Amino acid sequence: MLIRRALDLRYSDITPKQTYLDRRSFLAAGSAALGALALPFSARATTKLDNVAKSPLSTTEKPNTRDDVTHYNNYYEFGTAKEQPADLAKNFKTSPWTLKVGGEVAKPKTLDLDSLYKIAPLEERIYRHRCVEAWSIVVPWIGVSLSELLKQVQPTPKAKYVAFESYYDLKTEPAARYAGIPLPYTEGLRLDEAMHPLTMLTVGMYGETLPPQDGAPIRLTVPWKYGFKSIKSLIKITLVEKQPTTTWQSSVPNEYGFYANVNPQVDHPRWSQASERRLGEFRKRPTLMFNGYGDQVASLYNGMDLRRNY
Amino acid sequence: MKRVLQSRWSKPVLFLLCLVPVFLLGWRAYQGHLGANPIEFVTHSTGDWTIRFLMITLSITPLRMILHQPALLRFRRMLGLFAFFYVFLHFVITYLWFDKFFDIHEIAKDIVKRPFITVGFAAFVLLIPLAITSTDGWQRRLGRRWQTLHRAIYFIALLGVIHYYWLVKSDVRLPLMYGAIFAVLMLYRFWMWSQKPSAVRKPQTAGVAG
Repeated sequence: MLIRRALDLRYSDITPKQTYLDRRSFLAAGSAALGALALPFSARATTKLDNVAKSPLSTTEKPNTRDDVTHYNNYYEFGTAKEQPADLAKNFKTSPWTLKVGGEVAKPKTLDLDSLYKIAPLEERIYRHRCVEAWSIVVPWIGVSLSELLKQVQPTPKAKYVAFESYYDLKTEPAARYAGIPLPYTEGLRLDEAMHPLTMLTVGMYGETLPPQDGAPIRLTVPWKYGFKSIKSLIKITLVEKQPTTTWQSSVPNEYGFYANVNPQVDHPRWSQASERRLGEFRKRPTLMFNGYGDQVASLYNGMDLRRNY
Repeated sequence: MKRVLQSRWSKPVLFLLCLVPVFLLGWRAYQGHLGANPIEFVTHSTGDWTIRFLMITLSITPLRMILHQPALLRFRRMLGLFAFFYVFLHFVITYLWFDKFFDIHEIAKDIVKRPFITVGFAAFVLLIPLAITSTDGWQRRLGRRWQTLHRAIYFIALLGVIHYYWLVKSDVRLPLMYGAIFAVLMLYRFWMWSQKPSAVRKPQTAGVAG
């Protein structure tokens, strides 16, 4: 007879500590003034991540507040206004979760929610994040290099690109009807870009798991490219031979390209990319080539015309 | 309704109501509730109110006819000037000052290279003479030509809709909504002008036009 072991309980069964504490304090306060109900109720459905090493890839710049990063989001499946995803994605279920890794690989893999945190030892990386809309933030992400996962599945010689797909369900994401872009959200990288140590599979931020509006439970973070390349809520990673279509590129091809490297010299057709507004700052700051990661990534594009390959 | 419209309190009350959006913005700023990107929030908010006031101003004439309340005309100038007030905040305060810090070179580049800014800037510039000549004195001075000049509001409102449509990334619902409102307001006028050309075009008092 098998006695049920504690390990049979899954990581995702744990009541998030913050929710547990919030419930108690909410019940305590709830019997008091009704006004308490009018206050913004920020129960976090995130859990603390322990044993996270500090990465040498981090910038020394000051991170933005968690409040800013969790209330200013482009996640059109949950509304097209910046403050909407924090509200509309509140009940986004990330458990159970499935991430399928396949295509041109020798060892395809399917990961469940627990496995997402066990691909490799977790690191905290403070990266700059630059949106194509010319605002930027600095975020202490938690995750691992995408290459750690790709190494495990062993891409075949035919694999030249990596295609990514995000979660999409009109029933749970009704606002997606008005996103104005083709869904499900897809993205892609060249294999060498995907294998670069900077390219990150992100499972957390600010010491905790990702909140829904920031792409829970797992997303991509490619810091030298415009933010729309950093696809959220990944369900599929597929190694492919041909350059994959990507959502923004297929939506408005003359404005959003496949490479989307941060480049102050190549303007968006409708606005300049020479400067950006760092959230929390008043004056705009000059945009850096490759978002300041040129030393590490410029060589990937030797000989490429970055004006044509925008 | 006629009594409300002709009461001496109607204009002051309307004036205060028109200031509510900017009061709310100021309150939010004071409370720190402008979100993670305050300048963007204020730019969008003042832009929204500009186009709303433009549409409200353009709806006075149709409403006068449909509700048989000529007295509504009393409020049109105030509403039009509030559109100018909000576009002033939108362009001069948020864009020129907070965004560009009066960097003429950068501003000129934007106006020339970015179609949506060209169109917005054109709408602003065209609205200036309308604001200046909104007074009774100017109406008298210009006579019939005042009416011709102020017909530019139709073109200005159209530029505003195009400006909005050209700046959004993918969700065109709101710009299209304002476009639809503008189309309805203009269609009403076309219908009106086609009905009784002589009766409608002759001004009842100097400077009053359809």
